[in-house]
Amino acid sequence: MSIALIGIIAVLVLYFIAQYNGFIVLKTRIQEALSGIDVQLKRRADLIPNLVETVKGYAKHEKTVFTDVTKARTALMKAETLPEKAEANNMLTGALKSLFAVAEAYPQLQASDNFKDLQRQLEDTEDKVAYSRQFYNANVLDFNAKIQVFPSNLVAGMFGFKTFEFFAATEEERKKIEVKF
Amino acid sequence: MSVYSQISHNRWKTYLIMAIFVFLFSGFFYLIGIYFELPNSYLFLGLLISIISSFGSYFYSDKIVLWTAGAVPASKKKYFDFYTAVENMSLASGLPMPRLFVIDDPAPNAFATGRDPKHAVVCATTGLLERLDRSDIEGVIAHELSHVKNYDVLVMSIVAVLVGTLALVSDWIMRSLWWGGRGRDRESRNPIFFVLFLVVLIITPIVATLIQLTVSRRREFLADASSVLITRNPYGLADALEKISSYQYPMKNTSPSIAHLFINNPLKNKNISSTFANLFSTHPPIEERIKILRSM
Repeated sequence: MSIALIGIIAVLVLYFIAQYNGFIVLKTRIQEALSGIDVQLKRRADLIPNLVETVKGYAKHEKTVFTDVTKARTALMKAETLPEKAEANNMLTGALKSLFAVAEAYPQLQASDNFKDLQRQLEDTEDKVAYSRQFYNANVLDFNAKIQVFPSNLVAGMFGFKTFEFFAATEEERKKIEVKF
Repeated sequence: MSVYSQISHNRWKTYLIMAIFVFLFSGFFYLIGIYFELPNSYLFLGLLISIISSFGSYFYSDKIVLWTAGAVPASKKKYFDFYTAVENMSLASGLPMPRLFVIDDPAPNAFATGRDPKHAVVCATTGLLERLDRSDIEGVIAHELSHVKNYDVLVMSIVAVLVGTLALVSDWIMRSLWWGGRGRDRESRNPIFFVLFLVVLIITPIVATLIQLTVSRRREFLADASSVLITRNPYGLADALEKISSYQYPMKNTSPSIAHLFINNPLKNKNISSTFANLFSTHPPIEERIKILRSM
């Protein structure tokens, strides 16, 4: 009888350990994914001064656009929390859109290799932000589901694990998913 | 089946294939040895070659496969779109960035190799990079990275090397029999062993094909599904498969031993569309894969 009891307790303890380790693995993966997003956001911010300088060389008078972009960049670099980062990143996307709209009016700028290269790199970084965000959100989804589902929610409650926030996409990006037939 | 059970399944399959290979190969050599009246030294030789090629294939399969395929490293500068597409797909799937190679061939095709995600290689033909647009290429790369993630690449690359060894050695023995078998004391040998020997020579390529079959087909469907999970766009891969299959010519420079690694059969014996040919083909019918993707 007592052997059976010890057996049951041992199984329970093993279950708790396995669940706890599972949470820790997922949490580490989320933190890794988050730093992945940070790397791409930083890369994006690093490209901006160069871009602004290049555009300035051809379009000096468009001052409001430059200040908007610079402001958005500073906000992104200062952002600490996840919602702040998402918001600043969206702001930068908006500001860059008007910058590129302005650039349309300058054919010489459009033709310059430097500008084309920067544009290409920026597009690439935006893709990378989107994909790192997708990886982060997928992991957060796993983690949050595990926290709420019985019986792993008992383990989560015992060790005080909390749900993570999703990194929200902009309206613009949500629309971009094209469906072809 | 989760990714983790797929991984352990693939690991065990690798060890099993290696063991079967050593067993068959040594047995094959033993029978040849009986024919040449030196069974023990042939058995030893068979064991030596098979064990060395098994271990060698575990560590060097990627290099051997790339060499067989005639692939060269791809730089970020020259293949910007290919490189960044792979970077993006590794970000989305949480895998380390694989090494990139290209094959100079107009037929669109791609494969992945390497023993685990840290030693992975993704390889595409120049035809694929030219004919497909960005979202198609991303679909193909995500498909290949799914093979990397669940260790399909390990099994597939090792099979490629082992099947290649088998083909090479049976070819070599066939020749030595043809050229060296005449004259001398041929009459003294038992004709039963000669028949047995011929049977072994005929069976070997069939066994090789069967081994290849065990590793493909079903896992292509699985990788297609995982690819969509990474790109969130089933139409990219469906379009890619359509473009890849509509290209009519086989690849210029390829070997049957690595055919099962590619996303689409590089040998293209399309005109034999009977059920029998289908049984011995290393790839599931591409139309079926496209249909499934389009219905996602």
